[in-house]
Amino acid sequence: MAIIEMNNLWKEYGDQVVLERLNAEVREGEFVTLVGASGCGKTTFLKMLLGTESPSRGKLLLDGAPIPDQPDETRGIVFQRYSVLPHLSALENVMLADELHRHKLIGRAFGGKRKALKDAAMAMLESVGLTQAAGKFPHELSGGMQQRLAIAQALMKRPRILLLDEPFGALDPGIRRDMHHLVLDLWRQQGLTIFMVTHDLAEGFYLGTRLWVFDKTRLDPQAPGAYGARITYDLPVGDCDKGTLTAIQEQADATARTMA
Amino acid sequence: MKKLINRQPGRVATWALGLLPFALLLVVYLLASDARLEANPNDKLLPAFSAMGDAIQRMAFEPSKRSGEYLLWADTLASLTRLAIGVGISALMGLVFGIVTGTLPYARAGLSPLITGLSLVPPMAILPILFILFGLGELAKVMLIIIGITPFLIRDLQQRAREIPAEQVIKMQTLGANTWQIILRLVWPQIMPRLISAVRLSLGSAWLFLIAAEAIAATEGLGYRIFLVRRYLSMDVILPYVLWITLLAFAIDFLLARYSRWRYPWFHGSH
Repeated sequence: MAIIEMNNLWKEYGDQVVLERLNAEVREGEFVTLVGASGCGKTTFLKMLLGTESPSRGKLLLDGAPIPDQPDETRGIVFQRYSVLPHLSALENVMLADELHRHKLIGRAFGGKRKALKDAAMAMLESVGLTQAAGKFPHELSGGMQQRLAIAQALMKRPRILLLDEPFGALDPGIRRDMHHLVLDLWRQQGLTIFMVTHDLAEGFYLGTRLWVFDKTRLDPQAPGAYGARITYDLPVGDCDKGTLTAIQEQADATARTMA
Repeated sequence: MKKLINRQPGRVATWALGLLPFALLLVVYLLASDARLEANPNDKLLPAFSAMGDAIQRMAFEPSKRSGEYLLWADTLASLTRLAIGVGISALMGLVFGIVTGTLPYARAGLSPLITGLSLVPPMAILPILFILFGLGELAKVMLIIIGITPFLIRDLQQRAREIPAEQVIKMQTLGANTWQIILRLVWPQIMPRLISAVRLSLGSAWLFLIAAEAIAATEGLGYRIFLVRRYLSMDVILPYVLWITLLAFAIDFLLARYSRWRYPWFHGSH
C-alpha cells in the first residue's frame, strides 16, 4: 500500500499557482529526491507533507487518510539551518524526543529514568559519529556535525517519513559526500521513507531510489505565476543516463531564467 | 600614513584614553572647588573632598543622633529592597505575559492592544493616582517601578519569543511536543537570557522611578535622603550619594551580565 498518495493536488496563493495537477504514489521505504529550479514548489510540496501548508485543491493522503494539517511525530524533518535547539547540548537534543514522550507534564527526565534515556541517546549519537561531541552545544559544532545531530535527533522519534529540506546545502563538498553515505546507511537500516529536496541535481541522481523533477510545463514570461509546476520527470534512480541529466538541467535552467 | 579611520589604539592607550576624561573632570572640580572656597570658606556648592569624606564618615559609619541608624546603609537597604521587589515582580510578569503573547496567537490577539496602550501611559503622570490608591507606603513606590517597566519588558520579551525560528517550533512538534511542552522546553529556556538583557536595559528606568517616588513620599531611602538634604544645600552628602547610586547601578548591571554569561553560554557563544 502507498504511504503517500496525491490525487490532482494543487497549491495556489491567490492567483499565483505554485503546483498544479500532481498525481503520484510513494510506497513505504522509497527514497524520493526532489529537484528543480528555485520557485518551482519543491519546498512548498515538502511543507505540505510536513503539515505547515495545506493543499488548495485535490488530495494528499498519508496511509490513505488526509495528511494531518500540523506537524507531528509521524513526519521527522531536517532543515538546512536552525534544526537543532541551540540551548541544549548534543546529547540533550537527541534525548528530547524520549523525554517529551515519557514525561508529558514537565518534558524532562531525572535520575534513573534519565540514565536509561541517556544510554539510548548515546547509541544514536554513536551511529552518526558524534560520541565525542555529546556534551557540546550546537554552536560549538561544525555545520556538518550540526546536520548529523539534526538527523540523529529526528530519528530518535522513529518517524514513518523523514523530510530533508536541502539538508546539505550549506556544507563543503567533502563533508557532503560523508553525509550522503550516512543518510543512505540510516535509510537502509531503519527502513525509512525519505523525501529530500536538493538544489544539486547530481545529488538526486545517485542518492535514493526515485527522482522527481519539478518544473513548469507551461510558462508565460509575462506572468510567471499563472501556471504551476508539475512533476515533469519521475525516474527510478539508476535508470537515467548522462543525456537525461543534461536535458533536465537545461530545462530547469531555462525555467529559472524566465522566472528571474 | 594610515587614515585616521583605520588606526586602532593599543591596550594601554585604550585604558589611558578611557580614564583621561575622568581625570580631567576631577581636576576641573578640584580647581573650581578651591577657587570658590578661597572666596568664601562657607561655600556649600562645590565642597572640598575632605568635607565629602566627613559626610561619608557621618552617614555611613556613625549612628544617626536621631534614630541610631547608620543612615547610608539603612537608605541603601530600603532602596535596594524596593528596587528588587519592583524589578522582580516586573520580570516575572514580563516573562509570563511575554511568553504567552509571544507564543500563542490567540493570547496575542487578546492582550497585545491593551499592553501597547498601557505602555504609552507616562508612569509619572499616574504617580498621584498610585499615592491615592495605595497610600504613601511601600506599595505605591513599588507599583510605580512595576507600572514603569513591566509594559516594556512584556513587549520586548513577546518580540524575542516571536523571533525564535519557526524551524525550531516545527521541530519540537515533529518530536511529539504539545503546546505546553514547547513552551517549557523551547521558549522558556531560550527567553531566560533575553529576560536578563531586557532587565538590564530597564534598570535605568527602574532607578528613575524609584528615586522619583522616594523623593515625593518616603521616610528612608537613597532618593529620600538626597531630596531631604537638598533643603540645606548639603552637596557634601548629595554628591557621594549620587556616586554611590551610580556605583550600585553599575554593580547590578555587571553582575547580571556576568551571571548571564556563566549560566547561558550557548546564548553568548552564538552571538
